[in-house]
Amino acid sequence: MDHAPIWERWLRGVALILVVLFFMFPIFWILVMSVQTNETILRSPPSMAFEPTLQNYQALITGKLETQAGSLDIAFMQNLWNSVLLSVCSVALALVLGVPAAYAFARHKFRGSEDIAFTLLSFRFAPPLLVLLPLTLYFQDIGLADTYVGLIWVYQLICLPLILWIVRGYFEDISPDIEHAYRIAGHSWLSTFRRIALPLAGPGIAAAGLLAFIFAWNNFIFALVLASADKQPVTVGALAFVTASGIQYGQIAAAVVLSIAPTLALALYAQRYLVEGLSLGAVKG
Amino acid sequence: MSDPILELSALNKFYNPGSRHQVHAVRDLNLAVEPGEIIALLGSSGCGKTSTLRIIAGFEEASRGAVRLKGREIHKLAPAKRNVAMAFEGYSLYPPLTVRDNIALALKSRRAAREEVEKRVAEIAHLLEIEDILNRYPSSISGGQQQRASLGRALIRDADIHLLDEPMGQLEPQLRALLRGRIKHFIKERGLTAILVTHDQTEANALADRIAVMEDGELQQFDAPDQLRERPANLFTGAFIGEPPMNLFTAQARAEGGALSFSLAEGVTLSYAEDAFSPELRALLNQQSAVTLGIRPHAVRIAQNGAENDVPEGARAEVYANQWLGDQSHVAARFAGGSIVSVEHDRTRYAKGDVIGVEIGVDDLHIFDANSGVAISHGGVVA
Repeated sequence: MDHAPIWERWLRGVALILVVLFFMFPIFWILVMSVQTNETILRSPPSMAFEPTLQNYQALITGKLETQAGSLDIAFMQNLWNSVLLSVCSVALALVLGVPAAYAFARHKFRGSEDIAFTLLSFRFAPPLLVLLPLTLYFQDIGLADTYVGLIWVYQLICLPLILWIVRGYFEDISPDIEHAYRIAGHSWLSTFRRIALPLAGPGIAAAGLLAFIFAWNNFIFALVLASADKQPVTVGALAFVTASGIQYGQIAAAVVLSIAPTLALALYAQRYLVEGLSLGAVKG
Repeated sequence: MSDPILELSALNKFYNPGSRHQVHAVRDLNLAVEPGEIIALLGSSGCGKTSTLRIIAGFEEASRGAVRLKGREIHKLAPAKRNVAMAFEGYSLYPPLTVRDNIALALKSRRAAREEVEKRVAEIAHLLEIEDILNRYPSSISGGQQQRASLGRALIRDADIHLLDEPMGQLEPQLRALLRGRIKHFIKERGLTAILVTHDQTEANALADRIAVMEDGELQQFDAPDQLRERPANLFTGAFIGEPPMNLFTAQARAEGGALSFSLAEGVTLSYAEDAFSPELRALLNQQSAVTLGIRPHAVRIAQNGAENDVPEGARAEVYANQWLGDQSHVAARFAGGSIVSVEHDRTRYAKGDVIGVEIGVDDLHIFDANSGVAISHGGVVA
């Protein structure tokens, strides 16, 4: 029970409201913008009185952007699909590669294992632009430039180290003797990994996967340089709204709403795992 | 004797081999366990006992040497293929399963019939007094309960050998005494073979048929509990086994006019009739420049105290502590430049500063080589 005096509880409430306002206001403002036309958005002074319209969403979904200068084709839905495809495939590949690797790094100390693990982490240190220039040249040579496979490969620079290092911590938290106890009862190494280690590290793997997904989804620079229009994700695709006849604020807002929707939904759905996962110590030996 | 069920031959374990931090955890260990025996590996922490157990289980690789179980060489097999059961010191219960399912896990994965599993779990739960927590999860029960669940998970199996790593470390003293008896009965009744690792002598004595005393990776002695107490093979075992520990003094033996006397420090002399010692022993002692005498505290008799003059010079000791433990007294006194402890069964009234006479019978004398620590004799007969 809370025994704090009444004024303290009030103060705490006010502080909470301020924090929530601070973080939620931009999202709220974007939502409001997405149902306005460019004219009402750019009114000065801004006003909350407007007639909501769905024409921004309509334009995005149909792919026809009507401006004073005429009609313009935009590939937003294609971009959204690209984002989904790239992020899901990258995370899936990173999980397939990273979880067994994390287990190996956690359980088997071999000569140079720390060095390899650290090298993988160091991918996150290097500025992406530094990697991109040589990578573009190589990709053009071997025909991977402007392909999904090439992008998913490059996205491993984002996803793999993240998953490897987070999941490794979870595996290290599981007492090896829990696995030993299972193995000595007549189970193989592989079934112990599948039946004991994986489920126990489950929340951690989910949290790491989710984080990797968000990082992959938000990535901008790799796709900007390595992909052409039809392979670009929403982050890059949003540039298309900066048109010759002005910046389409309404469409940008609607695009932002549509593009944060999947990650938001995922985060809400997996909130339990995220909290459980990121607070560690879920497994006690 | 029948063929041993488990044989360790020339077993060696190095951790971090080749590096600067190399540890030689197990040194040339040879051990044979008979079917139906309970063996205790006893030693202080870091003596290699748990390493030995984990090599048998297959969680550590033997650096050199062989492990044979029922005639099969198992040291290269995966743990799953060894048919060994183990109770872990850290319990290691599987968190998402109830205590019941944890205990039944091995039986279930062998596809045992449901009624049989239930019957055996109930039996084990009754034995270990955990019937009331069978449906709880490991995170919601106490350390002692987890330990018993983990013990149950090992004992329920029909393995060739049961390895128990500190199986009762977390239990309360009353429960520990009760379970010791029950577990021993359970193991004996079913003809199981078990190796337990412990640093608790009482536990080793109560449970084991034979005890392997280890120190610094080396087997010191492997013998029945009473033999360890009465005929320690060396100074280490002598000093390690027994509570309170053996009193030790360096002495020179001298034969003179039908008497054999030991000169201790500060002019203290213990004299015995020469024929109390066997001729071989006398010959042996003649060659020794110095020996270490060991006397169990239970064997130190205190001659009736009184005035200083009543006590023969040379066997005088000055009391500096007298502890009543509820069922026995430990009297500690300054003697021969060191300290001697005597255990008395009644409450004694010796106070600090009292002078007492110390009497040590020939039968209670353990003599060790002062340099190598190897036992020379026990009770006047060559070891």
